[in-house]
Amino acid sequence: MMTLFLSSVALLLATGLAALFSRKGSLVAVGGCVIAGILGLIPVLASLFASAAFTFRIGWDVPFGAFSLEIDPLSAFFLLPVFLLSPMAALYGQAYLKSQGGHVKSWFFWNSLVASMAVLVAARNAVLFLVAWEIMSLCSFFLVVCEHRHAESRRAGWIYLVSTHLGTAFIVALFFLLGNSAHSFDFSEFIQAGIVSSPAATLLFFLSVVGFGTKAGFVPFHVWLPEAHPAAPSHVSALMSGVMIKMGIYGLVRTLTFFNTYPFSWAAVLIAVGALSGILGVLFAIAQHDVKRLLAYHSVENIGIITLGLGIGLLGTSLQLPFVAVIGFAGGLLHVLNHAVFKSLLFLGAGAVALRAGTRDMDHLGGLLKRMPRTGVTFFIGAAAIAGIPPLNGFVSELLIFYAGFDSIVQGSAPVVAATVAAVAALGLIGGLAVACFTKVFGIVFLGEPRSPQAEQAQEADVLMTGPMLVLASLCGVIAVTSPLILGVFKGILPGLTHLSAAACSFRLDRAAHTLEGFLVAAGAVVVMTAVLFWARRCLLTGRPQTVVATWDCGYVKPSARMQYTSSSFAQPLVDLFAPVLRTHKHLEAPAGHFPSIASVRTHTADVFRRLLFDPLFAAVQRALIAGHFLQHGRVHLYVLYIALTLLILFAVKLQ
Amino acid sequence: MIRLTTQMALLRLAAALVLAPLLFGVITRTQALFAGRKGQPLLQMYFDIAKLMRKGAAISRTTTWVFRLGPIVGLACVATGCLLTPFAGFPALISFPGDFVVLAALLALMRFVTVSAALDTGSSFEGMGASREVQFSALAEPALLVSFAVLARQTGALSMSDMFAQVSVIFWHQAAPSFILVLAALFIVFLAENARIPFDDPNTHLELTMVHEVMVLDHGGPDLGFILYGSALKMWVLGALIVNIVIPIHEASTWPDIFLFIMGMLLLAVAVGVVESVMARLRLLHVPQLLVGAVGLAILALMLMLGA
Repeated sequence: MMTLFLSSVALLLATGLAALFSRKGSLVAVGGCVIAGILGLIPVLASLFASAAFTFRIGWDVPFGAFSLEIDPLSAFFLLPVFLLSPMAALYGQAYLKSQGGHVKSWFFWNSLVASMAVLVAARNAVLFLVAWEIMSLCSFFLVVCEHRHAESRRAGWIYLVSTHLGTAFIVALFFLLGNSAHSFDFSEFIQAGIVSSPAATLLFFLSVVGFGTKAGFVPFHVWLPEAHPAAPSHVSALMSGVMIKMGIYGLVRTLTFFNTYPFSWAAVLIAVGALSGILGVLFAIAQHDVKRLLAYHSVENIGIITLGLGIGLLGTSLQLPFVAVIGFAGGLLHVLNHAVFKSLLFLGAGAVALRAGTRDMDHLGGLLKRMPRTGVTFFIGAAAIAGIPPLNGFVSELLIFYAGFDSIVQGSAPVVAATVAAVAALGLIGGLAVACFTKVFGIVFLGEPRSPQAEQAQEADVLMTGPMLVLASLCGVIAVTSPLILGVFKGILPGLTHLSAAACSFRLDRAAHTLEGFLVAAGAVVVMTAVLFWARRCLLTGRPQTVVATWDCGYVKPSARMQYTSSSFAQPLVDLFAPVLRTHKHLEAPAGHFPSIASVRTHTADVFRRLLFDPLFAAVQRALIAGHFLQHGRVHLYVLYIALTLLILFAVKLQ
Repeated sequence: MIRLTTQMALLRLAAALVLAPLLFGVITRTQALFAGRKGQPLLQMYFDIAKLMRKGAAISRTTTWVFRLGPIVGLACVATGCLLTPFAGFPALISFPGDFVVLAALLALMRFVTVSAALDTGSSFEGMGASREVQFSALAEPALLVSFAVLARQTGALSMSDMFAQVSVIFWHQAAPSFILVLAALFIVFLAENARIPFDDPNTHLELTMVHEVMVLDHGGPDLGFILYGSALKMWVLGALIVNIVIPIHEASTWPDIFLFIMGMLLLAVAVGVVESVMARLRLLHVPQLLVGAVGLAILALMLMLGA
């Protein structure tokens, strides 16, 4: 099995190299990515369904390093999106980039990114993990600046590079401390070292939340997401948002398995971080006009939902509420897979729209469902799935998290109830706001009349682009329908997290499967009744007059597309309601005089955390560093003096 | 999870499907009584729906399949909601732990398709209604879920059927203040979700103040019939949640229970009529405050319960 995995990684790297040296390299690289995906899925599925672990280890001439790989069910679960989504996004990207001038060399970074994520998830040595982590960060940086001729892309890439490395610094510190206490950098030693909860353990937990949270996009470390995703080509955004940010979640979950017990406060921290990320993510999303920026904020929201699930699971583990622990973790982890599917689908759809209609600004789009029917249908399904609407997959994982939350409300003591009610209320609010946000996106972009000539002339994207979207959209339904079966894979994953036996996990998962079956019966009832009503409507209308007319606008005879509600006006009540948080800038040119001619309103919602936290922080750091500017003057002979002095001091220290 | 205790389950479902439009008749009659008018016939909604079913349709050329999907899926959602909701203290047809979350999600699906259908017309009126609808519902959802959290905590049950079967006179003795607060929260959610005063005025069809009515401005014929019937069923389902708490007495026999329950539903309709007669619509800016207040009431109920 590991041979398949290693050959998959090797194939990715080899075909990636081909893209560097050959003009036709993109075809080779994409083909390699697809075959590697199929090869990689075999050990992944084998591990998931048999709850088995496959290992591979060879020596490695790196200090403290070992080339130690293992695919256990937890790794396999995170490898699933890597191998499932990257081929589809690659096929789409091949067609997408063709119209953007090729960018053949970017496929080297693409394949390396996929390979590095695969190695990262399978790595069982901290040094190997960090090397893969760094390759992943660098490759994704080069993909973000793929369209480097745009200043916007370069700026976004810079923000991403800085924030990802700040995050990495915390992870390095985390592994350094772990390795120091375990006297080894192998993950198995970390577990055996039996790190008990103590102030030192809480420091480790804090480091992992900040370090991995920066990659995952926890508020307030999310600032790079809304910059990087719009700047990157759409298939890159799909891979980064669907798969790469989940590597942060993987890191956090893997770190949790190193601990024997979890204090209640950790659970409270995760629930708070999750609620904050979820609510602020969706609020900022609502206020955006750029569809890809909006989707980027929704990644923050969904990471928040995942974290809420993990937090409730942690809570259950720390207070010995086994059902809460099992179902909370299961819901959070299932949402990882679900978000990977529908978020890549939505980014691919948004890319097709941007390509064909020439803009990402929702206020210039509209009526695309008629012009791009396949993109429209798949986007509709993705939008419903991400908004947590039954009968699609997004709701299934949210239902599990709710179930765990309500169970802990029934069983827990007062502080537990307080924490979970906060989680449940936050999840409810997030769900309601997500419906608002995605009816806005779908309604404004795909329905109504086109708001610009480009949108009017938009055409359906080609088959290589719509094909992957159709597959992903059907996956949204398939995951939901098979969810009671999918729950079975968690019995191999959860013992390490909940410290329960596999049988104990399995017992609780069966209880949750019972609820999911009930949900599927209800969903089936909706589908059947929809079909019956559809048929009834058809029967009622046969033989009766059906006329096609203009939309009723109070008798006004010349309606124009500009009279429609826009994304800004649709969002305005919510944006105003949450104005203290969002701090939207409004430039209003009000109509004046008895015969007003010009009036306009523009709104802009900048990221509050960037403006009020990071910008001042970095400005202060810059001011502090400028004070040391006199050291850097460009005189080479003085630099040589610095080197000589440093050597002398080191020598003196050593002599002591 | 499908429980067919007797054919009575189907009978109660049939009662819901048949009697739901009557609630609207009771509400308008109550309002007429307050205004000193004679008012519409009690069965006016039945006549309206029957008339609409026999009509053709005029459909905007801007629209797509989404517009036609809205009323159909919306009605299917609330009809499924009837299957999930227990009536008269008996278990629902489909019952499983966490079913109330599915009920809330079905309402979200209904909202999703209704709002999408409204935006499909490209009309600024319908866009306006859609925009307000999603804002209010986003705030109503946490209130509904926290109310269920209170009920779950008090009864120790996680399915609606078990919850409402447990609500009894003893529970009212133990935690009356919590129950009253939850009822208040649920009543606010009930008024908001059913687009009643003080959230929305169902009688103003063409004014800028309306929310729900304006979203269905372009629907006609059977589509509008589906929408009207769907809103009646939605009122029945959400009303049943309130009545199931208010009437904790369960005679073991079926008929008195069903009679009592239906009386309760009609009284709820009278209460809505009274509220509509003595109150004006709230200013739109104040609507969110009331909904946040509902969340606050539910949380307060939970705190009282934990403190007790």
